[in-house]
Amino acid sequence: MANSDYKTIVKDGLWDNNGVFSMLLGMCPTMAMTTSATNGFGMGLATAVVMAASGLLVAVFRNRITTEVRIPVYILIVAAMVTVVDLGMNAWMHELYKVLGLFIPLIVSNCLPLARLEAFAAKQPPLPAFLDGLFMGLGFTIALTVIGAVREIIGSGTLFADASLLLGPSFKAIELQVLPSSMNVLMMILPPGGFIVTGLLVVGKRLLDLAAGKEIQMAGAHAL
Amino acid sequence: MKEFALMMIGAALVNNVILARFLGLCSFMGVTTRVDTAAGMGFATTFVITVSSMADWAVQTYLLEAYGLGFLRTVTFILVIASAVQFTEMTIKKVSPSLFQMLGIYLPLITTNCAVLGVALLLVEGKMGFLEATMFAFASSVGYSLVMVIFAGLRERLALAHVPRLFAGPPIAFVVAGMLAMAFMGFSGIATS
Repeated sequence: MANSDYKTIVKDGLWDNNGVFSMLLGMCPTMAMTTSATNGFGMGLATAVVMAASGLLVAVFRNRITTEVRIPVYILIVAAMVTVVDLGMNAWMHELYKVLGLFIPLIVSNCLPLARLEAFAAKQPPLPAFLDGLFMGLGFTIALTVIGAVREIIGSGTLFADASLLLGPSFKAIELQVLPSSMNVLMMILPPGGFIVTGLLVVGKRLLDLAAGKEIQMAGAHAL
Repeated sequence: MKEFALMMIGAALVNNVILARFLGLCSFMGVTTRVDTAAGMGFATTFVITVSSMADWAVQTYLLEAYGLGFLRTVTFILVIASAVQFTEMTIKKVSPSLFQMLGIYLPLITTNCAVLGVALLLVEGKMGFLEATMFAFASSVGYSLVMVIFAGLRERLALAHVPRLFAGPPIAFVVAGMLAMAFMGFSGIATS
């Protein structure tokens, strides 16, 4: 593949076709795990690892998987990768594992990995499929971190609180107190805040796309 | 009996699957453009969640725990759910062809609805007994159906409203969902669980 194709993969994953803000896939962890930027970041990275690994595996076996059984096979491959991530995080990142809890095994039924496997990895050689999974996953991570940051700043006045506890002591430096605690709007870290912030950020991306002279995407939310 | 009733109200309204636990949001956004499809989806999902939760409970208790295979939980549960969906599809096709026609493509897609896997994992983590687990699964899925139908009603009205172009489609739906979630927070005094 030419270099420009790889550039498209990176650009699509991180911005143009961003899993959350453009395709509106993987909404459950997007809402549930963005009460703080750190949680969003951790959830996004776990999903990115699963997506890259399952993209690679599906692309390697793409000629052996027949069309009739492909969906169950994809789900099983994703489930196997999720189990690996689940056990790995339980062993090495136990604090973060406890926070994300239910939503690690639920990566299996996140529509984003499955959608990318079906749309991309099933037809492409291993390297592009791996990169597509990785950058779609990183785009997902960025989206979750941004939503988490907005909700955290407005809701509890901090940014990346507990990062040293959840990700490792070297992340101590990024913990910030942005607003005094008297200005907190608790609503933002409760469930309604998740819906409202995500909705407004989708509008924000449309505004930026509009300013850059691109067509705004009205699509999304059609996939189940 | 009183505990059961409180637990069921808690699962259906207070800790609503969609608005408080954030499960099944894809179908919440995807199939709520009309009330009748939302109701059909709610009905089918209720059936699948109840049946697969009972099956998952049995698999967890008699297979995974009995033989120390806990690490296979995710893989096993998704297989059980896929089979339950297939079973539901075959049953509905045999018993009521007209309902099968109505639900159409939504049926197989229930497999990737995270509410199904989510409820199964919740009742395993809550270490519930069989009766309690079945009640919990049923109440949760009734709460799911209720919110689906309410939200579909809101969106039918929304389709007629003048929405700014930038907000058209999903963004305004998210904001409306946020308000619905606020309304449901009012239930939090009724029961805790």
